[in-house]
Amino acid sequence: MKKVGNQSYFMSKPINILSTACIVGPKEKDGPLNAYFDQCLEDEFWGENSWEKAESKIIKETVNTAIAKSKIASSSIDFVFAGDLLNQCISSSFGLRESNIPFFGIFGACSTFGEALTLGSMTIDGDFATNVVCAASSHFCSAEKQFRFPLELGNQRAPSSQWTVTGSGAAVLSKDGEGPYVTAITPGKIVDMGIKDANNMGAAMAGAAQDTLLCHFKDTGRNPSYYDAIFTGDLGHVGKDILIDLMETKGYNIKANYNDCGVLIFDKEQQDTHSGGSGCGCSASVFCGYISHMFKEGKYKKVLLMPTGALMNSTTSQQGESIPGIAHAVAIEATCPNL
Amino acid sequence: MDWTMVLKAFILGGIICVIGQILIDKTKLTPARILVAFVTTGAILGGLGWYKHLINWAGCGASVPLTGFGNLLAKGAIEEVKTNGLIGAFTGGTKAAAAGIAAAIFFGYIASLVSKPKIKKQ
Amino acid sequence: MKPINSKEEYATYVDQKTPNSPILKNCFNAFWVGGLICALGQIIFEICKTRGIDETTSYTIVSISLIFISAFLTALNIFNKIGKFAGAGSLVPITGFANSIVSPAMEYKSEGYVMGVGAKMFTVAGPVLVYGISTSIIIGILYIIFNTQSITLI
Repeated sequence: MKKVGNQSYFMSKPINILSTACIVGPKEKDGPLNAYFDQCLEDEFWGENSWEKAESKIIKETVNTAIAKSKIASSSIDFVFAGDLLNQCISSSFGLRESNIPFFGIFGACSTFGEALTLGSMTIDGDFATNVVCAASSHFCSAEKQFRFPLELGNQRAPSSQWTVTGSGAAVLSKDGEGPYVTAITPGKIVDMGIKDANNMGAAMAGAAQDTLLCHFKDTGRNPSYYDAIFTGDLGHVGKDILIDLMETKGYNIKANYNDCGVLIFDKEQQDTHSGGSGCGCSASVFCGYISHMFKEGKYKKVLLMPTGALMNSTTSQQGESIPGIAHAVAIEATCPNL
Repeated sequence: MDWTMVLKAFILGGIICVIGQILIDKTKLTPARILVAFVTTGAILGGLGWYKHLINWAGCGASVPLTGFGNLLAKGAIEEVKTNGLIGAFTGGTKAAAAGIAAAIFFGYIASLVSKPKIKKQ
Repeated sequence: MKPINSKEEYATYVDQKTPNSPILKNCFNAFWVGGLICALGQIIFEICKTRGIDETTSYTIVSISLIFISAFLTALNIFNKIGKFAGAGSLVPITGFANSIVSPAMEYKSEGYVMGVGAKMFTVAGPVLVYGISTSIIIGILYIIFNTQSITLI
């Protein structure tokens, strides 16, 4: 048994991240992480006639790129774990319908990429698979259409609102390889802090992020300084500050090495993205682009990635429900101590 | 041209919009709720016969905001009631506001034929 | 900072942490853009008047003209930028009503012209018509009840 403490697990085998790939939209291209993406689109349609088709194409091409970079034949991939924000996970299932790989469509709102990495690692560790693909995507326009308002509606965005990332990230995990490795996971519980404001997702998810982070430290005996960097998925500027405060009240100072993918992906001042980026594609593309690049360059040796999700939809918010959050922590290290 | 009326329209129209803006920023109401609140308020003020004073003072400053649309509906219903009785309550409002509703539907349909949504660029 | 022990404490803390809308700037922009739209309406009205068109028809012409301008700017992908800048300034005038009909029509075109454009056109403006028309009917009925001398019941 690999379980430690309440809800954390050390992998008993080296789970290699063989390759990663990410494709993002034009706004992300103008952002500070531009240099780390595999491909940036010139427009949100990408030659398709609907946002949904464009998003499917993005996830399809991202998965194909990741598989091509891993140099594994796609017939040797045992499973793909993929998800997105659209109803019934259509971007993933339509994007991957021709992939010919056994498919698990997953939903964890914006934490989907963390969920995919967690499930992928468990599947390999449990000897159910040799190679798996983990992917997630989101699209600004399809998300606005489904969750908010038509694009052409002349409304103002609240200062705490976030900008859904157009993009997708995919990672190929394998039994064999030379790292970096997924070494530990802490799947998160659903935590509801009672926040009802759909324009303040960061605050709604910060409680879940705190819960998972505390569990991870307690279970594994690690502390924040164990990691070169800790990343949450899309708490944004508001949620990031809240998480720092919340952790401080529990006696952990994470200020020095903590950042948020949603904060990193856009330039708040130049790009008018208010509280920062969000969406499944946010943590997925930042991890598959920026963070894995830093591993390659040797700048990071130990990273805790913790994609965060707000588990709600427009029906629940119209019915006056509060917004439950979730966060899954995945520890990624350049060397594998349990080898 | 009566430029004082234009100035009055500017001032009253601006003030009504500021009330809307305060509602948006302070109450986090969605655009649909703001529009509903304005049209209903306008209809009630129109029904009480108060809104016509604003229109007399500022013309389009009172008629162009959605409160004016509400007023038009209420005024139409009352006028028709006077001539047609109960049936007028059902026909009058929509009849008075028909031009606005029909124009928005028609132009909306045309717009959807010729144009596509685009992302907000800075 | 103090530990947070309840949802209420968290809500108060989040309120402090969340940046507020720049309300003064927003109100200023709403004032002059909204004012300008109404002034433009008044100019159209005055032009109608000099041509000898009666008042009711003139107001109708003003509405149709502003609705057309709003639909045109929405189709050119410009209206949302004005809306982002002006907030209620472009939402509250009839231009906002037009935009709320035109924008979903464009957005849902990908679902076809009947169930997409046709059905979704009223996702934002539908409630306005429901509440506006219902209120006017209630007002008409109340008028019958409270002014029975002046009207004839069927």
